[in-house]
Amino acid sequence: MSNLIAGATGDWEIVIGLEVHAQVTSEAKLFSGAATEFGAEPNTQVSLVDAAMPGMLPVINKECVKQAIRTGLALGAEINCYSVFDRKNYFYADLPQGYQISQFKQPIVGEGTITLDFKDGSTKEVGIERLHLEQDAGKSMHDQHPSMTYVDLNRSGVALMEIVSKPDMRSAEEAGAYLRKLRTILRYIGSCDGNMEQGSMRADVNVSVRRPGDEFGTRCEMKNINSIRFAQQAIEYEARRQIDIIEEGGTIDQETRLFDSAQGVTRTMRSKEEAHDYRYFPDPDLLPLEFEQTWVDELAGELPELPDAKKNRLMDELGLPSYDAGILVSEPEISVFFEEVAAGRDAKMAANWVITNLFSALNAQGKGITESPVSAAQLGQLLDLISDDTISGRIAKDVFEVMIETGDDPEKIVEEKGLKQITDTGAIEAMVDQIIADNPDQVAQYAGGENPKVIGWFVGQVMKASQGKANPGRVNQLLKQKLG
Amino acid sequence: MSVDKETVARIAHLARIKMPEEALEPVTGSLNNILEWVEQLSEVNTDDVEPMTSVVHARLSQRQDGVNDGDMRDSVLKNAPNAEHGFFAVPKVIE
Repeated sequence: MSNLIAGATGDWEIVIGLEVHAQVTSEAKLFSGAATEFGAEPNTQVSLVDAAMPGMLPVINKECVKQAIRTGLALGAEINCYSVFDRKNYFYADLPQGYQISQFKQPIVGEGTITLDFKDGSTKEVGIERLHLEQDAGKSMHDQHPSMTYVDLNRSGVALMEIVSKPDMRSAEEAGAYLRKLRTILRYIGSCDGNMEQGSMRADVNVSVRRPGDEFGTRCEMKNINSIRFAQQAIEYEARRQIDIIEEGGTIDQETRLFDSAQGVTRTMRSKEEAHDYRYFPDPDLLPLEFEQTWVDELAGELPELPDAKKNRLMDELGLPSYDAGILVSEPEISVFFEEVAAGRDAKMAANWVITNLFSALNAQGKGITESPVSAAQLGQLLDLISDDTISGRIAKDVFEVMIETGDDPEKIVEEKGLKQITDTGAIEAMVDQIIADNPDQVAQYAGGENPKVIGWFVGQVMKASQGKANPGRVNQLLKQKLG
Repeated sequence: MSVDKETVARIAHLARIKMPEEALEPVTGSLNNILEWVEQLSEVNTDDVEPMTSVVHARLSQRQDGVNDGDMRDSVLKNAPNAEHGFFAVPKVIE
């Protein structure tokens, strides 16, 4: 797989690094007891600490520390039992302290790895540089008043994990796979809900281009992108823009650019004057964060099965193909649903029904797995009805359609609509005899060996006569016997 | 270590402290006096000495995750020069 893109003067390689801000799932904020719930009335979830009133002191929320450690463990990263909070200084209307409490030189989590999965079954390792804890800022709204900006501090002080990748990605596709995989991992362990629409997960995208094998080029950063699709569009656009500039003899200025999702372009933000001089220094209000390795070990022991491990298990133990296994572990809710359907049943059949039938029905209704009108138990019952020959696979599809419509149990539908498969050999035999008697021409074709495929036509006729309820295996068997 | 006038002007700007041109010279002198005084510390050999983060041996205390603060919009907005519809209202800051 080549990721090179062609320019007027030869091939170019894109280099991408991502900084993801993931909101820690917690009741209260990182350094105060105010609530974090989304969608509250403005400024109702603000304590005097979050509003940066003089004399207020931050006290760290243990749950946020715990979730950062768990996330680090899920990324296979080193956990630092000693880390330090620093002040990142800048002025903005939605940052009442005049600084953000963050971690600069000594973050809580060091280097780790994420494995990306692609459709063709291939994988790629992307390095994690670090993960640190920091405060979110408030929210500014510029479009509510002609001359004013409205500021809501509800988000101010909410705990974020900033997860920084190494510049290991080489295409928009890889960046998308990284964001999806990271979101999956966060959702599996429950340290972040991964909801990009609500801003619980946002990405800063760093893009540069170079000739294959050369040193890294100068990068530009697109901040606060809140969808995977937008991140990919921003990368495609930005890479092309940089290549065009360089090929025309220009140079790239290192800058922060804005991605305009309406037009699909990036444009320069008038750079905040000296915005890069954050003058970090250790926050004198906070001692270094220290904890014991035993706590880390305890948390490691309590981690749930992670998506990669689960995928491997589905492949090794249940014999599912890589792509199917990848889909089934992509969301924790999907994997739970699948495992309930598959428990004690044919795993491949269960996988097929979930991926092919259930997902297309849910897609058609625009629903997610948690809103499925058919429960895992009900889908399992349907598979049982197929396995014990109560209904054929074809009838099962009809039953499934009714289940999607009504949410009824499959037994009830089969009973009410009289869809039970006819396994009584006598009844099938009568139908077979009738069809043979009515179609002497086709019988002759088969007997003369000129068209052995005509057997399929006979099966079709019998199935039709039985309204799909005859057991196709028996029909086949009987026909072969009778036609000689 | 010492600072020059330009550095002082830049720091003042970053800290949003208005500093008239004529104040720069004396402030630069004062700051350099302080820096020179602190510089004496470098005469002490601190190899293999852990940085001291507290005068008492204490660890960062951690609180349990629970909502026990906030819900005080009127207090929070009380000192704001301008507030509208429950928001702080500030001069437009979009670029």
